[in-house]
Amino acid sequence: METTTVNTNFKSEEYFINMGPQHPATHGVLRLLLTIDGEIIKKVDPDLGYIHRSIEKMCERDSYQQIVHLTDRMDYLSSHINNEAVCLAVENALELEIPDRVQVIRTIIGELTRIASHCLWWGVMGMDVGALTTYFYGFRDREMINDIFEETCGARLTMNYNIPGGLMFDIHPNFVNRVKEFIAHFKTKLPEYDTLLTGNVIFQKRTRGVGILSKEDAISFGASGPIGRGSGYSCDVRKHHPYSAYDKVKFKEVLKTDGDAFARYQVRIQEMWESLSIVEQLIDNIPEGDYKITTRAVIKLPKGEFYQKVETARGELGVYIISTGTKNPYRLKFRSPGFSNLSLLNHIAVGGKIGDLVASMATLDLVIPDIDR
Amino acid sequence: MNNEELQNIINSWFPDSISNAVITETSDETESVQPISSNGLEFTEEDSQFLNVTVQPEHFHKLMSQLKSNSETNFDYLFCLSGVDWGTELGVVYHLESTTHRHIIVVKVKTDDRENPAFESVCDIWATAEFHEREVYDFFGIIFNNHPNLKRLFLTDEWEGFPLRKDYVDEINMVIK
Repeated sequence: METTTVNTNFKSEEYFINMGPQHPATHGVLRLLLTIDGEIIKKVDPDLGYIHRSIEKMCERDSYQQIVHLTDRMDYLSSHINNEAVCLAVENALELEIPDRVQVIRTIIGELTRIASHCLWWGVMGMDVGALTTYFYGFRDREMINDIFEETCGARLTMNYNIPGGLMFDIHPNFVNRVKEFIAHFKTKLPEYDTLLTGNVIFQKRTRGVGILSKEDAISFGASGPIGRGSGYSCDVRKHHPYSAYDKVKFKEVLKTDGDAFARYQVRIQEMWESLSIVEQLIDNIPEGDYKITTRAVIKLPKGEFYQKVETARGELGVYIISTGTKNPYRLKFRSPGFSNLSLLNHIAVGGKIGDLVASMATLDLVIPDIDR
Repeated sequence: MNNEELQNIINSWFPDSISNAVITETSDETESVQPISSNGLEFTEEDSQFLNVTVQPEHFHKLMSQLKSNSETNFDYLFCLSGVDWGTELGVVYHLESTTHRHIIVVKVKTDDRENPAFESVCDIWATAEFHEREVYDFFGIIFNNHPNLKRLFLTDEWEGFPLRKDYVDEINMVIK
């Protein structure tokens, strides 16, 4: 009689594999060292620095006007909001009165930036989990926003529209109409996002219950933006530390309590509706007035320390300036949202499979230059 | 909770601070004179929008774990951790916020030792500190005791020196105006 023998010499072993630095799911030059047992992830060790430019050191030699232009090379999908962070820090330090017109325009463009960023995220999120069509839908709608930006400030991505004291130039005469056109267009398209991807069974199986992050862990890991809010942690800087025109508009802070990849997905989809509502409230009420106030050609900040936080599409961006009263900052630190959000990747990926890691990473919405700086 | 109440609570954790508070004489008259207590806690709100406290390295970890665990302060969100080179001193600045009380405090810790600067790690209190401390180690060479995995994060292991220090020289790659 034949007996089947089990080879007891063959043990499951842990081994390393490299994911990246050039892997489609890492969305840039991020290398992950994965420790794997079979297909179960035991450890994720991110290796950073492939696109590190030491922007913080460059800031120490540059003037404040120049620093603004470095910031849109960090999180290039939130470039306008990054510029705004430095401008606000400088303006608050100098105690400048910024015209209402500037604040409203900044808020409108900031929210359009958020929608554009979330559109791109939604496209690549679908692509990461195997739904290629979303990519084309997301980019189609984002294109309209980029065209509006191009007409107003000449650039589609690295906008450099903000300067300390206001805006570089006034909005284009077509701006209001084109934004309204976009709102009308996007209101019919956003429900398509849900029918195309949100309700899809495969998509739900890939994301529900995957990459779970509790509220306590989210706070401890310094998570912010849609990742914190997906875990039920109220962390919207626009609500808690309002800047520009955010105290004049009504919007809901979107909170989900599940803490999984699907919750983070839902937060971003809901946030697009909220951003649309903010833009709608402001677009007909752009106050008349100056688009900038004149500042000194050489800006010197008073001696002291200044901190400014803003809500980018990825979460809380902090600008910490130590000034000694000269035309350069003595030390400038960017607290980038992506860096803190990446630090929790190991925590949510351990115990899952590689496919789950891809889904979790897609919902972290990492932009690598923002992490490396 | 306002800054004054915060200051009183923190002082009460280090009991000898109020009774032994002394004004130190500084030769430099342009600098404001700060009361330094015997335990070395130094509070200031000057030149900053937040309450700042400078703490001696030996009290540092106790202060940080109290700030997090005490229900009245409850600083559970470490939102910014920056290394700073003040010229002669190296140090770390911690920005803390409470998600329940929504107050903010800035904790600073400094050392004169530029050869082997070392502080206690706060990884056991806030998980985000693990990455941020590695970044500070990478750029400032500040060592964090009890850190689970203290190695370079952005730069290669062979990199010499710590680029964000003020005395760092790299004649080839740095453009100095």
